[in-house]
Order: sequence, then C-alpha cells, then structure tokens
Amino acid sequence: MNDQLRRTVPWQRHWLAVVLITVVLLAVPFVAALGGQAWVRIANFAILYIFLALGLNIVVGYAGLLDLGYVAFYAVGAYVYALLASPHFGLHLPFWVILPLGAGVACLFGMLLGAPTLKLRGDYLAIVTLGFGEIVRIFLNNLNAPINVTNGAQGITLIDPIRIGDFSFADTTTIFGLQISGPQKYYYLLVALAIMVIIVNVRLQNSRVGRAWQAIREDEVAAKACGINTRNIKLLAFAMGASFGGIAGGVFSAMQGFVSPESFSLMESITILAMVVLGGMGHIPGVILGAILLTALPEVLRYGIEPLQDALFGRMIIDPESLRMLIFGLSMVLVMRFRPAGLWPSPQRRRELAESTR
Amino acid sequence: MDTLLQQLINGLTLGAVYALVALGYTMVYGIIGLINFAHGEVVMIGTMVAFTVIVSLAGSGMPPLLILGIGLLISVLVCMVLGWFLERVAYRPLRGAPRLTPLITAIGMSMVLQNVAMIIWGRNYITFPPMIEKHIFHIGGATFTNVQVAIVTIAALVMSGLIYLVHRTRLGMAMRATAQNPQVASLMGVDINRVIAMAFIIGSALGAVAGCMVGSYYEIAHYQMGFMLGLKAFTAAVLGGIGNLAGAMAGGILLGVIEALGAGYIGQLTGDFLGSHYQDIFAFVVLIVVLMFRPSGLFGERTGDRA
Amino acid sequence: MSEPQILLAAHEVAKHFGGVKALHDVSLTIRRGEIYGLIGPNGAGKTTFFNCLTGLYKNEGGHFVFDGVKLAADAPHKAAEVGIARTFQNIRLFGNMSAIENVMVGRHLRTHAGVLGAIIRNRATMAEEAAITRRAEELLHYVGIHERAHDLAKNLSYGDQRRLEIARALATEPKLLALDEPAAGMNGTETEALRILVEGICRDGVTVLLIEHDVKLVMGLCGRVAVLDYGEKICEDVPAVVQKDPRVVEAYLGGSVA
Repeated sequence: MNDQLRRTVPWQRHWLAVVLITVVLLAVPFVAALGGQAWVRIANFAILYIFLALGLNIVVGYAGLLDLGYVAFYAVGAYVYALLASPHFGLHLPFWVILPLGAGVACLFGMLLGAPTLKLRGDYLAIVTLGFGEIVRIFLNNLNAPINVTNGAQGITLIDPIRIGDFSFADTTTIFGLQISGPQKYYYLLVALAIMVIIVNVRLQNSRVGRAWQAIREDEVAAKACGINTRNIKLLAFAMGASFGGIAGGVFSAMQGFVSPESFSLMESITILAMVVLGGMGHIPGVILGAILLTALPEVLRYGIEPLQDALFGRMIIDPESLRMLIFGLSMVLVMRFRPAGLWPSPQRRRELAESTR
Repeated sequence: MDTLLQQLINGLTLGAVYALVALGYTMVYGIIGLINFAHGEVVMIGTMVAFTVIVSLAGSGMPPLLILGIGLLISVLVCMVLGWFLERVAYRPLRGAPRLTPLITAIGMSMVLQNVAMIIWGRNYITFPPMIEKHIFHIGGATFTNVQVAIVTIAALVMSGLIYLVHRTRLGMAMRATAQNPQVASLMGVDINRVIAMAFIIGSALGAVAGCMVGSYYEIAHYQMGFMLGLKAFTAAVLGGIGNLAGAMAGGILLGVIEALGAGYIGQLTGDFLGSHYQDIFAFVVLIVVLMFRPSGLFGERTGDRA
Repeated sequence: MSEPQILLAAHEVAKHFGGVKALHDVSLTIRRGEIYGLIGPNGAGKTTFFNCLTGLYKNEGGHFVFDGVKLAADAPHKAAEVGIARTFQNIRLFGNMSAIENVMVGRHLRTHAGVLGAIIRNRATMAEEAAITRRAEELLHYVGIHERAHDLAKNLSYGDQRRLEIARALATEPKLLALDEPAAGMNGTETEALRILVEGICRDGVTVLLIEHDVKLVMGLCGRVAVLDYGEKICEDVPAVVQKDPRVVEAYLGGSVA
C-alpha cells in the first residue's frame, strides 16, 4: 500500500500531510485546554490507548493470537511503577529505571502465560488469557493480607510523577513565556512514546519476524514445514505485546498518581481488543482510529446525551455509562457483521475477510 | 466449620446448576465450534424474567408452586426465543468467518444483553420473594434443604430428557451427525440451519432452568451474574470434554464440588495466606490446568472433523 | 555404520490411528543424489510416511536415520532444520502473501534477524533482508515464475502455485526435498515442465523423494521406486523391475502400468 501511495501521490502532497499532522499534534493540548485541563487529560488517555492498542496489535493483528486478558500486563506495569515510586514501600526510584523494569516484569509474565498456552487453539487461548487477566485482578484486589503488597481495593496513591532533575511532569512550567501544565507535558511525552511504538510496529511488520507472524496466521502447518519454530515466534509476539503493556502501565501510574485494581477489569481488555479489531486489525492507521474513537466516544456521550435525553424525553432514561456499554456492544456486533475487517483495514485484510463471510 | 459432607452437598447443588449451563455451551461448541459468550447472559435473563413473573403473581393468591411453575415456563420460553434470536441474527451470518469474528460478536451481544437487563431491572441486587417453605433435613452432621433436593432432581430429570432427545430421536441424530461432519450431514438431507437453531434453543432452555434454580437457591439476582456463572460453566464444559454431553454434566458437577471444597479448605491449605474470597480463582485455575495438560477434557472432546 | 551414500534410511517405521495400521514396519533407503519414488494405491500410507518423516505425526515404531544421525523430528520445524523440506498434497501456500514473500518465509530458517534487529534496522539486518530478497528472486526465477513475484499466492494459476511451493521448500536449503503429488491436476505439458524442473533440482545437488500417481512421470524420473500397499512396502527397486512385479500389478488391481 505504501508503494501505491508513493506512485499516485506527488511527493509534495506527502510532505504537506506530514507537516499538517505535526502542526495539529503540537497544537492539540493547547486547543484542548481551552475547554479545560480535563480535555487535555482525555487527549492523553486517547494516546495512552493508542499505545496499548498498538501493543495488542502485535499479538492479535500480526501473530493472530486471541488475547482477552491484555490488561494484566498493563496492570503489572502500573503496579511495578506504583510500588517502586510511592510512599507505599518508601521507594522512589527514577522513571528511567522503573519503566524498563515494568516492561521487563510484564514481559516475564507474558512469557510465563504464553509458554504453556500458546499451543491451544484460538478460542481456548482467548478464554485462558481472559482467566489470566481476571486472576491478576483478583490477586491485586486481595494481596493486602497477611502482607500488604498491593493495598487491596484501595490501591496505591501518591505515586511520584515523572521527573527529570527538577523538571517535574506534574506541575505547570513556563517556557519562553508560554505556560505548559502537567497534563500538557504528559501529552508530549505520550506522543513521543506513541510515535516510537508506531515506528516499532511498522518495522516489525516488514521484517523477518513479521513475515513469520503472518505466515503462522495464514497457515501454521505450512509455516512449521518452512522451519519456523511457531511456539517461539508466538511467544515473541506475546512477550513484545506484554512489554508495551507494561510501559503503558508505568506511564499511566505516573500520570494518574494513583492505581487501583478497578482500572484493570475485563472490560478494559475487551475495550483494547475492540480498538484493534474494530479499528482494523493489523493495520496501524486503523488501530489508531479505533483507539481514538473508543476513547472519545464515552466523553462525547457524557457531554451530549444528558441534554439530548432531556430535550427529547424530558428526563434521563438511560444513563451515559450504560448507554456507552450498549453502543459499544452493538457496534461490535454491527462491525463484525458488515465490516469484519474493521473500519479501516489494510486492503489485504479486507480481501481476506470479504471472501469468508457471505 | 462445615464438614466434608456439607461441602459435598453444597457442591453437588452448585454442580447441578453448572451442568445445565455447561450443556448449553457444549452443544453449541460441538456443532459450530463457537464459544457462545452470551450464554451466561441468557441464563441471567432467565433468572430475571422468572423474578418478574413471580413478583407480579405473588399477591394474586395462586398457590406458590404454581407461581414458580409459571415463572419457570415463561422464563424458558423467553430464553428459547432469545437463543433463537442470537443464532439467527448474530451468528448465522458469520458462519464462514475466521474464529475471531463470531467471538467478538458474541462478546458484543453479551454486553448488549447485560446492559438491556440493567436498564430493565436496574443496577441493584434484586431479591426473590420467598416462595417455598424451606424444610431442612439432616444427614450425618450436614444439612440440606428441600430446595436443594428439588434442584438436583430437576436437573437430573432435565438431563435425562436431553440424553433421550439426543440418542433416541431423529432430531438428536441429526444433531450428532451435524456435530461430526456438517457437510456430509447436509448431503444426507439434514437441515443444518434448523439443527443449529435447535442447539441454541435447547441450550437456552436449559440455561433458563438453571437461572431459575439460581434464583430460588440464592434468592438474589443481579444483572452481572451471568458473566462469572457463564465462565465457570464453560470451564465445566471444557473439563468434561467440549462437545461431549456426558462430559458437560460430569464436568459441571465436578467443578461445583471442587469449588465448594476449595472455598471451604483454602484457608487451611495455604496457611491462611489466601482466604475464601479467592474462590472465583478455582474455576480459572482448573480451566488453565485442564487446557494445559488435557485439553480434550476428562472424557474426550467431540467436535468432529473440522478442516 | 552409515554409508555416506545413504541419505535417508527408514527402519521399520510403524504408525497407527486407533485400530488402523497406516504404516507397518516400513523400511527403505534413499541414496544421496537420487530421485526416489514412493507409489501405491490411494490410502496405502504414502502421505502418512511423509508426515512421520517430517515430524507432523509421531510414529509409534521404528525410526529414521538422516544423514547418519537418528532423526528426532517430533516437531516439523526440526525436520526442516536438519534439511528435509516438503510440499503438500493440497498445496499449502500463504495465500494472502505475495509469491516472493512466500519464498522469503522459506528463508526464515537459515537467517537470524530477530526483533531487535527488526526495530533498529542495523546494517547487518538490512544486509540480511537484501540477501533474503535476492535469494527469493533467484528461486522464483529458478522455478520459472519470477514474472508473478508480486502477485498474491492465491491468485496464481494452479501450476504456478505448485512451482511456488517448490521454490519455498528450496529456500530452506534442504538436503532432501519431499514432494507430495506435485503433478496432481497437471496436464501433459505442465507435467513435462515439472519433470525437467525436478531433474534440474536433483542435478543441483538436492535428493528428491517423490510421491506420485502419474506412473509415466515416476517411471521416467525416478532412479528407484518403492511401492506401498496397505501400509506395507511390497517392492523396492528400479522402475523397470517394479513395473513387472506381480505383487505391484495386483496391488493396483490389475491396472496396467505401461
């Protein structure tokens, strides 16, 4: 697809698009702040979810493994950060130590989970990973006695923000007369991280490993006959996805200042999976679209639905939260029925799925 | 501290419920290879509908057993329609698709059903009005109630009915044939669509019965109860061997017993490190262990030839 | 005592499925550099033999000795590692990948770039990628489908798909190439072209094991032939002798093998 794009679009347009996108990206936090810092935070979460969705994309989109418990790696990364940079244990390690550590621990969990289970067929793998995600959440919720490791349902608070020397990401700083708030700083950090993840995704896709993943997705038996150690390669996908989840978790911890098991429910896993599948599995622009839509939608609903229902019915019939869930569920059913390759699939994937559903 | 016998009795009751729900999963998976994620929600709706019927008729002066019977009947009917609807509208159009597509659809339908239930019946736990006068029996240091007896008996009757259906009727033969090899079955004149629809319908009916049992036994219901129950019942189906009816029944009972024993003894087993609120983990652990070491389940799976 | 001439020796390989004995103590030897045919009526166990050899099935009895070493191919990728490549009776290509990508996947085994290399794209990785692409192009050329390099594998003609599968198998640098009915569904011209290709492969140093039903092809191509019937080897010799063996003739139900 990149080849075709280059041939039909003159290079000037290409560069124009890049410049435009850069300008928009740089401006977003300031435009959002016009509506209040809350909107900057929403933008931050959208980017965080882009990060998570791209991580899961490696597992589901590239290697074709159904993971319904991805949130477990997110949780692990978040709690590693929380435990090592908060008053809970009195440790305050710097972020450049903890983030990689969180990624490493999440990667380890990924390999522990994957080693025995990746040989299972699709739906079973989905259920097992779902179970794993739940187990992690239950442990996080209950590991507060006899030794208080996770502080149970109350979670861990007062987590250190990311700091580089005296420059903290939590407070507002003035640079060249421009005021930049904490959330706005996190925004740029997240964008930088997201760009890195995108680059990693793209490079992985067009590599020896990426081809192996695609081969396994296409025909695992043939892939084995070609000498691919499918178990190890799948494990690699799992481990990579888990590492990204771990990093995202760490940043989440720092940004929010507080973690609790509530943030890591099955619903989260399903939401991230939906971002990948509904957006366009394996297709980076589609996944990004999915992440933005599914983060923005609840916010739009929250602001729009109350007045709308008031105007139409005089009162609230369905509260925003359940409406959101309802719409979410319906969109999954509808997208799978009418656009099973996702809203913005790669042309290849659309072909793959167009033939199998009548 | 409850005795071993007590745990076993409780486990058996719980297991009977799991078995009925597990049958729904196993029938569908055996025939079309789909994990019907929404099945747990169908069970939940069965409970809720029964609740509504019972509550509406409670003050009417009808004998309580009749009210319960009507509640059960309507609940079963509603769930059968729901099951048919799920298959016809959500799953049938996706029959040729790769595994992930119907799975996502199933998850989506599960969410829709959960939220519709929440909108209709509210977010809070709802309490079943007591309909049956409880008689308590004693045996060897443990107690059990007439409700438990009813549950186990009805479950046994229903399961026998199912076995009869599957092994002695034409429909049952058609179902078995379709599970083995759908293409050949259709060449032999079996209406695959009808068979698959029946699998969903029957499974949902069984689920409704289970839902009513849960309501009568625990006397509370909640719009989110379907999730855990469904997951555990699915575990039971896998434990027994997916696609295998006898396996689902045995798996359900076994899982019920494991869970009851585990919850009862986990404190002692882990030196009080893990308490009984880890109860839900048992099902997951069983699931993971079974899938790792014996994925075809205790009695072997029956899913037929799939290319 | 392994003779350097013998590449593959099967010793009393046995495989059963439940009560059915698919392979019954099959022993045969394949010499380096020959084209060896495996024939027999349908259901005789030829593909089962392939599958046991390449690790897709686990045989219950007997063993293989490949290149002097006992084969512990409990996983298919290990068979490929020691140098046994195969094609499939029903063609198993990566349909939604292009022809050249299919062959590039075949190069996976003999290359090393990992995740780190993929991400940082260092010089070594890029050099390896270029080498993989070059070799894939060479192989497509070799089997004669280089013009279709960027077409999706599933859009290729049947004959081209068979050739692509062979190219992909060759990419793994095998010592033994096991072809499962490569001429199935081909007409006379295509079969002749296949014969020339296989001869060329053998000349270039790869030993070939061939399952085939096309008797003319087998007799014209193979140096030696083994015949399986109901899981047992009933004959192993040069084609001319096998053709006339009464047991073989009977196994084919009196069908003429001229």
